[in-house]
Amino acid sequence: MSNKILYAIYGDDEVLLNSAKQLRKNGVKVKDVFSPFPIHGLDPVIGVPRTRLAIGSFIYGATGLSCAWLMMGWMMIYDWPMDIGGKPSFSFLENLPAFIPISFEMTVFFAAHGMALSFLIIARLFPGQKPKNPDFRTTDDKFLMQINLEENKRSEAEIRTILKETGAMEINEKVLDEKPEFVLA
Amino acid sequence: MNYESDVREPLILGNKTWHDVSVDISKPIEGKANKYWYVAFAISFLTASWGVGCICYTIGTGIGTWGLNKTVGWAWDITNFVWWIGIGHAGTLISAILLLFRQKWRMSINRSAEAMTIFAVICAALFPAIHMGRIWLAYFVFPLPNQFGSLWVNFNSPLLWDVFAISTYFTVSLVFWYMGLLPDFATVRDRAAVSMKPFRRKIYTILSFGWSGNARTWTRFEEMCLVLAGVSTPLVLSVHTIVSMDFATSVMPGWHTTIFPPYFVAGAIFSGFAMVLTLMLIARKTLNLEQYITVNHVESMNKIIILTGSIVGVAYLTELFMSWYSGVEYEQYAFINRATGPYWWAYFSMMTCNVVTPQLFWIKKLRRSFVATFIISIFVNIGMWFERFVIIVTSLHRDYLPSSWTMFHPTFVDMGIFIGTIGIFFTCFLVFCRIFPVIAMAELKAILKTSGSQYKKN
Repeated sequence: MSNKILYAIYGDDEVLLNSAKQLRKNGVKVKDVFSPFPIHGLDPVIGVPRTRLAIGSFIYGATGLSCAWLMMGWMMIYDWPMDIGGKPSFSFLENLPAFIPISFEMTVFFAAHGMALSFLIIARLFPGQKPKNPDFRTTDDKFLMQINLEENKRSEAEIRTILKETGAMEINEKVLDEKPEFVLA
Repeated sequence: MNYESDVREPLILGNKTWHDVSVDISKPIEGKANKYWYVAFAISFLTASWGVGCICYTIGTGIGTWGLNKTVGWAWDITNFVWWIGIGHAGTLISAILLLFRQKWRMSINRSAEAMTIFAVICAALFPAIHMGRIWLAYFVFPLPNQFGSLWVNFNSPLLWDVFAISTYFTVSLVFWYMGLLPDFATVRDRAAVSMKPFRRKIYTILSFGWSGNARTWTRFEEMCLVLAGVSTPLVLSVHTIVSMDFATSVMPGWHTTIFPPYFVAGAIFSGFAMVLTLMLIARKTLNLEQYITVNHVESMNKIIILTGSIVGVAYLTELFMSWYSGVEYEQYAFINRATGPYWWAYFSMMTCNVVTPQLFWIKKLRRSFVATFIISIFVNIGMWFERFVIIVTSLHRDYLPSSWTMFHPTFVDMGIFIGTIGIFFTCFLVFCRIFPVIAMAELKAILKTSGSQYKKN
């Protein structure tokens, strides 16, 4: 087992997708793919699970709605009921029509911001973060497939052959530093 | 992969490759500005400074510096507020609603239209804030516990709904815009790394939040954009609905109508698209984007102008009919006064610019002509400003009591602040053109294979 990483670079998204399918057929595990734009249909091939961000967004939205109702109900009905223009605040249900716009806005506010923040946190994106794409060209016009050899049973030569045959333009490699072995004293 | 019918004309001309897209869109950021940019920036900046001066004068002296009086308590300030907010709506329509409708042509214009939204909302929010007179007490609009005991804001008031609507709209648009910018900032960052520009690389590394574009992030990113578009779509419709309720929930003749929400939303999108066209036609020339923003994009936008312009026209006629049909003499007078009273010229300008001029786009030649589009877009901008002026001032200036009847005369401060906001808007937009990628590169690259001209040929 070597701890080498292979970076296969492709010039076209469809070629990469096809290559990933071939690798999967041969039992090679693809660690990650870096691309200038999303490649549709790639996720099931390299084993990226479906994201649950949308469910999160629904929960954030529901939280926003509850906050809005609690806030308006408490302030207008319980804490300081006011009689404005002969329209007194008697009960939450009677005032509900006037609360609809703010309820809606707060639902959207929480749903949008909650989801955007969750996205930034789970994708580890924040100011000061170091970019992790192994090649500068992957944000321009090249597509990069990363294969960690230690995760794969097949030999380096075999994987290289498959990559070459399926249209990789170039294959770069990186050897990780030898991990210090944990020795019991 | 998606396949697209050969009958559709290509969206991107000039046989571009992915690399060409990066080069062309990054060029304004990487290169030096030409002299037109400096001239435009100088003019905008001076206008903005003049506006800021007038704002400072207003804040220091009070809103007595404006032409308002006891009868006409709302005039240019609220006119400008509604006008700017309306302009902002096109950006969200393009980025959210057209995304849900899978309109690919939006990708060449959504970035700058969203930027326009943000700057327009900033200009809009200025007006209610300075109209408060004592702007340092502006935090009173938020439901905060205050030093006078727990006296809360009035959640039954449409003006407070507006506070929530505008702040939600502004922040959500900002987030939507910035999220879309992350992959493009990364492109600029990596190009700076390749061409050995350490300072630029550092700046864009921070701006890009360390975006690396791996498969999992792209999946999450696309999901997030789709959901953001989903929540922004009702949001954009709600914002101008709530703005219209500022008027519609009052008992003023001329304001108290149920037609206002859809009529205002259509008007907002109408004026917003006109402003997008004005800006885009300038931007495509000065930033050399002719192959990305083509005559087809302009035609699509003009079609939306015909649709929304016609809705606005029908709304004007419906208003007239309803005032007659209601049998309420105050209501009837309000509309007769609009058309034949001392402000007839404003009503006439509104009708000509908003109802007649956009109908010229039924002619294909005009719809596909840049010069005609540019001229008509400016007419629509002017017309929509007059629409708000007509609604606000002509309804107010004839009060129930004839002894209160008066006219509104803007002072130099009124005019200065309005022109100043136009300066602020253009200053922001010009800075945006030099720092931000003006076209969503990542999105455009994704459709290049189906909609680019070289792929269409075979």
